[in-house]
Amino acid sequence: MPEPAIQATSVVKWFGEGEAKTQALRDVSIDAYFGEMLYIVGPSGSGKTTLLSVLSGILRPDGGSVTVEGADIWKLSSDKLADFRLHKIGFVFQDYHLFPRLTTAENVAIPLILKRKDWGEAIVEATKYLEIVGLKNRADLPPVKLSGGEQQRVAIARAIVGQPDILIMDEPTASLDGDTGHAIVSFVKQNVLNDKRCILIVTHDSRIYELATRILKMEDGRLTAIEKGGSA
Amino acid sequence: MNGILKLAYKLLVNDKAKFTALLVGITFAVFLMIQMLAMFAGVLNRASATVFNLGASMWIMDPAVQTVANTIGMPDYVLDAARSIQGVSYAVPVYSGGALVKLSDGTYQSVTVVGLDDTSLFGRPQLLQGKIEDIYGENGFIVIKDPEFPKLGNPSVGTEFQLNDHRGVIVGIGTVTSSGLFGVPTLYTTYNRALQYIPNPRFTISYVLVEPKSPADVSNIKREVQALGYMALTKDEFVSKITSFYEFQTGIGMNILIMTIMSFVVGLSISGQTFYTFVLENLEKFGALKAMGTKSRELIVMILFQASFTALTGYGLGIGLCALMITLARLRLPDYAAIITYWNLGLAFVMVVIIAGISSYFGVRKVLRIEPFDIFRG
Repeated sequence: MPEPAIQATSVVKWFGEGEAKTQALRDVSIDAYFGEMLYIVGPSGSGKTTLLSVLSGILRPDGGSVTVEGADIWKLSSDKLADFRLHKIGFVFQDYHLFPRLTTAENVAIPLILKRKDWGEAIVEATKYLEIVGLKNRADLPPVKLSGGEQQRVAIARAIVGQPDILIMDEPTASLDGDTGHAIVSFVKQNVLNDKRCILIVTHDSRIYELATRILKMEDGRLTAIEKGGSA
Repeated sequence: MNGILKLAYKLLVNDKAKFTALLVGITFAVFLMIQMLAMFAGVLNRASATVFNLGASMWIMDPAVQTVANTIGMPDYVLDAARSIQGVSYAVPVYSGGALVKLSDGTYQSVTVVGLDDTSLFGRPQLLQGKIEDIYGENGFIVIKDPEFPKLGNPSVGTEFQLNDHRGVIVGIGTVTSSGLFGVPTLYTTYNRALQYIPNPRFTISYVLVEPKSPADVSNIKREVQALGYMALTKDEFVSKITSFYEFQTGIGMNILIMTIMSFVVGLSISGQTFYTFVLENLEKFGALKAMGTKSRELIVMILFQASFTALTGYGLGIGLCALMITLARLRLPDYAAIITYWNLGLAFVMVVIIAGISSYFGVRKVLRIEPFDIFRG
């Protein structure tokens, strides 16, 4: 059995107050392992994005614990938690959240700059990662000049440039057509996933289920099933 | 931290429309603030021109005098009494008054006549042409070459004019530190000739200029003069009195203050709103940075840097624009009074810092409230 990257135990999360109070996560426990591409799937409102946020140190749970590489992340101070996200987690947001006023290379270099790397060195490093995602010739363009698929690849390059142990992808195919979406996730699986990295993907897109190692199904804040993916 | 500041800089300046709007707002606010303050400083400086130009350490005057131009004649015994006060090194009379001269072409021109002590010529101007001793010659006057000089027809040494049907001759052309406020040329002559040429009331001494033997004697001189029923002020006190008069008793100060506050409010409104909009438009990006591991204090530093950079750039441009406007104005109006002082620059700087502080305060509040989870939730 490979080493667990993430261990979540009895995670509970509530939103709202009074009568509007709703439970988004109900006693969710999961393990995610290095070397696997783990999907979290389910209908809208099932709590998958909330779970992803709790696991990645973005949203504090109301109960339970989340251990990443042996450390309970929700016992860290806010500064340590920010450092944890900076050094351990790479994010690919659904809407990419690329900075339109920066060049593609500058966008990719942001995690390195946040890690206090020299600007020039960070751009050189970012350009190498743009080469990995096949966009080296777009390094000096602003993201708005790129197609949706290219922007997604830029977001992936930005997420992995800091060499995080865990890659979080939120609906990576939502803004892409079927072929492009499949190609992007295939690319990630072939080029980004390795036995020292764990990839968590939240998705609705059943066309990419075949690429998953495991699939966690959620409904109404509960984990309802764990299935082996197509590549398991 | 340099990389984060460079990131903040690029996010700011690469948004050219917003950055331009921010700069224009702050530049014009600074321009208006400094222009208002420069005009006021210019007026105050000109209002005290005679005090600066004559250069006496102490001035004895009637207590009712408000400005150096509004003289009230004092009897001769005040001069004698001043000379007898312990601690006075020397004391000389000076005359300052307005007159009308008739130029060679038959036109009339108002002038200020300064009559210097016949013996010492204390407070005499620096001469550009002519010899100072010629002032003792028959009908001798020295004209000051300042922006008002052309109003006398650009006279040269030897030019003649009439003053109350007395013949006057320009025997020298001089220069002084500061031009007067009222836009009239200045003629220097001896005290006695000034009294002779210009009709005067019973008491003729405008001021007694005093040099104390030491700074410690100033208080005693003041006390002795006060006992005579007159007032002795140091040079700085007299300038301060004149400044207070223009600030609080003429309406000029209040009007300038209102205009300066309005400029500040306009600058704050434009810059504050534009900067807040800039932050709002980038809010999701700040949230994304937060999710990626940027600490709150780093985001605060980024926003403060952006606000400060914009404010300081606008401050520099505003000063430059103001200096340019004053220079251009002086090409057409040589007597344009505005001057930029360090005090003006300091006050405008404080106001710009306040604008930057308030603008960034609301942006910082907004950015600190954004939760990275909101980015995920979309």
